[in-house]
Amino acid sequence: MSSAEATSAIDIDRSVGDFSYPESHEFDAGIGLTDKTIDYISDVKKEADWIREFRHRALKTFRDKPMPTHWASEDLHEIDFDKIRYYLAHGQRPTRSWDDVPDDMKETFERLGIPEQERKFLAGVEAQFDSEAAYSNVKESLEKEGVIFVNSTEGLREHPEIFKKWFGKVIPTSDNKFSALNSAVFSGGSFIYVPPGVKVSHPLQAYFRINAENFGQFERTLIICDEGSEVMYMEGCTAPKFETSTLHSAVVELVAMKDAKIQYITVQNWSANVFNLVTKRGLAHENAEIRWIDCNIGSRLTMKYPGVVMKGRKARGEVVSIALANDGQHQDTGAKMIHAADETTSNVISKSISVGQGRSTYRGQVHIPKHLKGCKNNTECDALLINTKSKTDTYPAITVRGNQHATQHEASVSQVSEDQIFYMKQRGLSEAEAMSLSVNGFVNDLVREFPMEYSVELKRLIDLEMEGSVG
Amino acid sequence: MIADTETKPSSVLTSAPDFEATGLPQWYQDLQRSAWEASSALPLPKRTDEAWRFADLKRAAALEAFQNASELDEVAVRELIARSEQLEATSGKFVFANESLAAAERPNIDGLICVPLSEAVEKHAQLLQEHFMTQDAALGSEKFAQLHKSRAKSGLFVYVPAGVEVELPLEAYHWVSGAHASMFPHTLIVTGENAKVTVVDYYGSASESEVGLSCGVVDLVAGRGSKLRYVACQRLSGESSNIHISSTLASADADVKSLQVQIGSAWSRTESVSHLSGKGANSDMLSVSAPSSSQQVDQRTLQHHGEAHTTSDLLYKNALNDHSRSVFAGLIMVDEGAHYTDAYQTCRNLLLSDEAEANSMPGLEINADQVKCSHGSTSGPITEEDVFYFNARGIPTDVAKQLITFGFAAEVFGKFQHEAIEEMVGKLVEEKFRQLA
Repeated sequence: MSSAEATSAIDIDRSVGDFSYPESHEFDAGIGLTDKTIDYISDVKKEADWIREFRHRALKTFRDKPMPTHWASEDLHEIDFDKIRYYLAHGQRPTRSWDDVPDDMKETFERLGIPEQERKFLAGVEAQFDSEAAYSNVKESLEKEGVIFVNSTEGLREHPEIFKKWFGKVIPTSDNKFSALNSAVFSGGSFIYVPPGVKVSHPLQAYFRINAENFGQFERTLIICDEGSEVMYMEGCTAPKFETSTLHSAVVELVAMKDAKIQYITVQNWSANVFNLVTKRGLAHENAEIRWIDCNIGSRLTMKYPGVVMKGRKARGEVVSIALANDGQHQDTGAKMIHAADETTSNVISKSISVGQGRSTYRGQVHIPKHLKGCKNNTECDALLINTKSKTDTYPAITVRGNQHATQHEASVSQVSEDQIFYMKQRGLSEAEAMSLSVNGFVNDLVREFPMEYSVELKRLIDLEMEGSVG
Repeated sequence: MIADTETKPSSVLTSAPDFEATGLPQWYQDLQRSAWEASSALPLPKRTDEAWRFADLKRAAALEAFQNASELDEVAVRELIARSEQLEATSGKFVFANESLAAAERPNIDGLICVPLSEAVEKHAQLLQEHFMTQDAALGSEKFAQLHKSRAKSGLFVYVPAGVEVELPLEAYHWVSGAHASMFPHTLIVTGENAKVTVVDYYGSASESEVGLSCGVVDLVAGRGSKLRYVACQRLSGESSNIHISSTLASADADVKSLQVQIGSAWSRTESVSHLSGKGANSDMLSVSAPSSSQQVDQRTLQHHGEAHTTSDLLYKNALNDHSRSVFAGLIMVDEGAHYTDAYQTCRNLLLSDEAEANSMPGLEINADQVKCSHGSTSGPITEEDVFYFNARGIPTDVAKQLITFGFAAEVFGKFQHEAIEEMVGKLVEEKFRQLA
């Protein structure tokens, strides 16, 4: 597959549009964003005309929309859109040798116990993580059940009858400036279709697909679960991913048909120079369930508010979120729950930890419109402040119409209690160990929501982040 | 007066006031003139203003329709004075009708200054210059605060010197009369060390059929160790608009309690800020409202902890009937270094009709550690269990609901811990519920 795509990518029709690129940048759309960039991406991907038009319209929307700094961090103005490389074809990412990888990164890999092969991939030394063996087994069983699991280019090219219907429907291009940007330049990501009644037994990971541009800057994911089917999808990994590009803007759309269940698990650990501006939303039909399980540890500024639109009766939406903000980081995360049918229920549980001069923010929206009956929302946000300069904010917005619903929102801010630390120190733990243990205890009930190997790594990661924060 | 009817009435929002006509001292005229310039330079609120999220912007823009209130005749004034009877026992009582002093029972307490604003501007210029609108409005209504400043001439100035305790409340009535008439009542209360005072403002319309505007600003400056209690009762006519901007500055060990009671007006925007600037300062912010028909209450609050060891507690309750709508946006802000802060914020919406709408945005911004902060917000109907409890004791459902709703509201004014005021507010709320039943 990978060689086939590489070949087709080379044979692009250069007569389309009057532009040319130096040979050395054959797979590089260059720096900056123009209509030509869009045409270039479309050409390389051999996309249908409707996708090309979709991209062009999105670019216009992106240009028209102002930065949302009337409510968001002013830090967004630091992004220089003219200095960003919007598309690098597969295999043409900047290469780097293991020796170029910073020592602290290597040490982190060591301590997290990341396998040798994965380390090189994560550090950007190898373009892809080779997990052929694991993948082919999974692939075989998936194919038997009729599950489609491909990248965005392939999904739109090979299966338009399935994906076109929902593509850009859950999150319209004009939803926000960054969803428009993604719509203009998206590449990579996963397109998944699960047929009716199929319950995918293994969690699917972007990891598995060896030829995908897995962790693309502008990845686009669309998961459709047909009636009564179930799937769990995992994105990212606990290890810090060494990146030189500074802007990541993904769009993730989930569609759960009647009685379907989707769980989407994210562990985000970009390096601390990255702006991570992600739009994620799911559409839940009758009696369907969508759960976002989200953990944000890395990046300079993350803005991510996974949402669920509960469109069918008795649909359920849930967001479970853990955020850890260290020095120089701002984790601006939250949830959006839109109730659009009777008896829909939503639940948001968010826990954040601010260490050093880190800042974590919870921003939420709950909307229960008129003429619905029996909608319920529960929101809980807890913040833990570790040091005197740590910061935390909470900005929820809850709209309820009518007298047949119930919502409750609670938030608290606290410290690790001195009594707890004292108790543990008395039993021979150092202050730092005691602090780590307390923090792990604070998020423990949420960490358990992650698959086992993730939760083990998460705990180690929290230990690592907490190091040097006390004493 | 008759000749005036020929000219087109001028809008308070877009036409400059006649500064000289007030006859107030030059320094005050200059202040008002620059406030007018500031106000006209500021834009009306826009959809993208976070401070106006969920707000009815049409209502803010519609303020252009309001004009200066004209002088009332003697009969009308006498009627309004007769209606100014809320509290039985007071230390002093002032009645303003269309921004003119109509009646005054001046307090006779050593050292206490309690005079209309226009008099204070003349006689207590120094105190006024020190405290009059020194805190900027910070919750979205900067334009309207400046508008108020450019026109304010009525309302009370209260100065309680150190150690003076005023036992009974001081009361001020602000009446607005006439079609599209407006008033800009001001309240400034300054307490010295360990002083104690309670002040009640009552805002009302002369006629239920008239549409009026009240754009009031309240500054509470609580000195070290003082106890300041403040109540604002708003019962304007059903189609009126109300803007009420209040800021509290609490010094070390000062204890401030303020209570907002919203009964009338089609649109009521209240912005309340508490700055806690000294160790041991406490501010309790209370509000109760019972909007009905298509009334809207739009409440914005800020609890700003600027110093360590300060406390604040906020309780806002809205019982929403018919098509009414509430917006609550609250923020607890804890500055860097303001450790050992205890701050709480609770907003509860009781949805009594299928058409009512509640929006709440309880917020926190914490920049210090060793703090205890929490906020909670609930929106929901009367539960069946509650009604069942009453039914089981032989009380019919409609009465049960009334009792539950009153109990819901009563918790707020109960916290004010002042028997006479509790009784007065209880009556106002009960009367509103009776009208709805």
